[in-house]
Amino acid sequence: MREFFFNLTWLIPLFPLLAFFVIILFTNEDTKKHHKLSHIIAIGAIGLSWIVGWGVAFSAFTTPHLGEHPIHITAPWFPTGSTVFNIGVWVDPLMAVTLFMVPFVCLMIFIYSVGYMGYDTHEVDPHYSRFFAYIALFAAGMLGLVVSENLLTLFISWEIMGLCSYLLIGFWFEKNYPDPKQITPRQAGLKAFLTTKVGDAFLFLGLLYLYGQAGSLSYADTLFNEEFLHHLAETPAFPILGGWSVASVIGALMFGGAVGKSAQFPLHVWLPDAMEGPTPVSALIHAATMVSAGVYLVARIFPLLHIVVEVEHHNPAMGLIAFIGAFTALFASVIAVAQNDIKRVLAYSTISQLGYMIAALGIGAFVAGAFHLITHAFFKALLFLGSGSVIIGCHHEQDMMEMGGLKDKMPRTFWTFVAGGFALSGFPIITAGFWSKDEILAHAWDEFLHEGMVSWPFFVWLLLTLAAFLTAFYTGRQISLTFLGKPRGHHAEHAHETPNSMTVPLMLLAVFAVTLGFAGMPEEIVGHGNNWFHGFVGHEYPATPLSLLVMLLSAALAVGGLGLGWLVYGRKPLAHGEMDPLERAMQKIGLGWLYEAMRHKFYFDELYHATVIRGVIKLADIFFYFDNRWVVDPIVNLVGRVGRLLSDILGIFDLRVIDGLVDLAGRTGASLSALSGWVDNVVVDDIAVNGTGRVTGWIGARVLRPIQTGRAQNYLLVALITVLALLGLYLAYL
Amino acid sequence: MAVPLHWYLIVAAALFCIGLYGVLSRRNAIGILMGIELMLNAVNINLVAFWRYLTPAVSTGQAFALFAFAVAAAEAAVGLALIIAIYRSRDTVIIEDIDLLRG
Repeated sequence: MREFFFNLTWLIPLFPLLAFFVIILFTNEDTKKHHKLSHIIAIGAIGLSWIVGWGVAFSAFTTPHLGEHPIHITAPWFPTGSTVFNIGVWVDPLMAVTLFMVPFVCLMIFIYSVGYMGYDTHEVDPHYSRFFAYIALFAAGMLGLVVSENLLTLFISWEIMGLCSYLLIGFWFEKNYPDPKQITPRQAGLKAFLTTKVGDAFLFLGLLYLYGQAGSLSYADTLFNEEFLHHLAETPAFPILGGWSVASVIGALMFGGAVGKSAQFPLHVWLPDAMEGPTPVSALIHAATMVSAGVYLVARIFPLLHIVVEVEHHNPAMGLIAFIGAFTALFASVIAVAQNDIKRVLAYSTISQLGYMIAALGIGAFVAGAFHLITHAFFKALLFLGSGSVIIGCHHEQDMMEMGGLKDKMPRTFWTFVAGGFALSGFPIITAGFWSKDEILAHAWDEFLHEGMVSWPFFVWLLLTLAAFLTAFYTGRQISLTFLGKPRGHHAEHAHETPNSMTVPLMLLAVFAVTLGFAGMPEEIVGHGNNWFHGFVGHEYPATPLSLLVMLLSAALAVGGLGLGWLVYGRKPLAHGEMDPLERAMQKIGLGWLYEAMRHKFYFDELYHATVIRGVIKLADIFFYFDNRWVVDPIVNLVGRVGRLLSDILGIFDLRVIDGLVDLAGRTGASLSALSGWVDNVVVDDIAVNGTGRVTGWIGARVLRPIQTGRAQNYLLVALITVLALLGLYLAYL
Repeated sequence: MAVPLHWYLIVAAALFCIGLYGVLSRRNAIGILMGIELMLNAVNINLVAFWRYLTPAVSTGQAFALFAFAVAAAEAAVGLALIIAIYRSRDTVIIEDIDLLRG
């Protein structure tokens, strides 16, 4: 049975890929029939992927010692010189738990999309079929990334997702806003694409470097090849990097890809704007799966990072990763506190939670990071879908200040949202987020105890703990503003519960958001060997020791944050148009500027606009001027002008000299021929020819003719005289 | 030898000159032909005389003389035939009138 599923693994990404082509080619019309066919095909395909995916995942869960002996099914793809690129599937614990999460969340989101995109209502999206084609392609990319057995197919899937995120964020590309400063879906799609490309460039460099070292990109040859990893960890990279090993450099470069994809500081700017896409897209791409791909990548290359720690007891690349993750976690949660758009709060919360995972991997908490990756995907998908449900229920109102009092109008959405929100905050014991987040904090604490007060694990722990409190606070704020109190806008007053196709996925996800944490409870609580998640995924890494202090602290922070959020926003509900109490409080103590900065996301968009974007435009201007004004065109023009001048000179030369010469030659020829004509006429004809004739005639007439008398006697006489003369001569000289 | 060679030579020269004069001066073609016979015979006298006085041992001179006779006879026959032919066509044998080769 296990073999059967393992052999079918390659089909998992193929179903949605096929669905994409079928929908885009055959059922692409804006008719109800095609809409129905489209979502049936897409949901059917992801359903098949889900069945096979869970088959594979559960087969993997029950395979003993999978970690030591991953399933590796491969076929040669294309040869390159002396090496061959393979294509195939790789089943190991990390892949299995991710495969447990991805197709299920995708399926939920696909089903939810039927309601969200308004199937069979008057609000149905005109590009309904296209939407399902895109999300199917997206799912194919994500599933392909998960099942890949090498980094090349991983990278290809990665880029397919990049393309899909562009297409889906800009899905409502025709939308324009009256405020020109508000980003449109078009711009948001472009921004997401370009920003993640910055990271992808680093990832690509990392892949090239790794390929240059290994001559292969398959996991078996590189990431799971102890000997090779040791070699990489012991080889120093470029001297300029101050003793970083090749493994560290490759790890840091590939982490650059994750920074882009998982929206880590400083490439985090695209994710909040990606909320311009339809909400299922936000859930699918920007919460549950695509941004998880970055974390998944870092978890994938974790052996490469960890080997350096084993060899040198310290990996600067991991320090970098941990610090960026922790900083992003706090930084994004601070911004989230001051956001009023229900989706943007979640967007910053996603960035923050991804920071947690990245930080976890950076401090070596592989299991905790992977665990949080899985639990977060469930509850964040739940939260996004819940917010989408709120948005649909409120007729596309997204401002929380216009909401309020939805608890009774949308009970299913409310209770599932609370479950998701509590999981996000890490509400003690009964939520998945508590266990996974606590494990990260405990690991950071443990590292800090080993390393001492001024070590970076301490800062990581501190930042993450602060972020945990803020996360709970803004979640409490969000729940209070959205669901409690009385409606503050007419949209919220007329809100209604959304159809079953939307609420049922919410409830299913809520179940996981609550229960999934029990799979990874610390051994100190459940007994030795009963931490299933750690035993399955992280058998080779030591378990994180439970720290009661940390656990109590994080529980207190979660409850305190939520309570504070409720105290500030829920206990005394805001009236319509009232100022945010936090803003008021901060203004009172002279921190109004800070709140303003938080609301404006610490002006990063403006900063990037002023530096990178303007810089690029300026650079383009400089190149334009270089090309058109200063150097290239002037040179071209100069050459042209010199050429023209030269040709003018040559023209004059031609006219005067060459033509003159030709004329001269012609004239000379004419003169010569005239001369020769004269010579012919006068000398040859008159003198020579006629002269000869005349002379001859004259001689004949006057001399020879008279001699020729015709009388033989005359002739004889001449002969006689001649003989006598000769005789005389003879005699005279002899 | 009462008669020396040069006497014969003188006679032959005289005879030749008479013949030559006749050839150059006679207007009648027959007369010219007769002059030519005289000149030939003068040569014959020379041939015989030189043979008799200088080389009597060999008969070359006599043979040449006999050739000359034979040629003269043939010449006379052809010459007379030509003259008769001319006479028949032009009705004259006066050599001055027969100037067909005049330029």
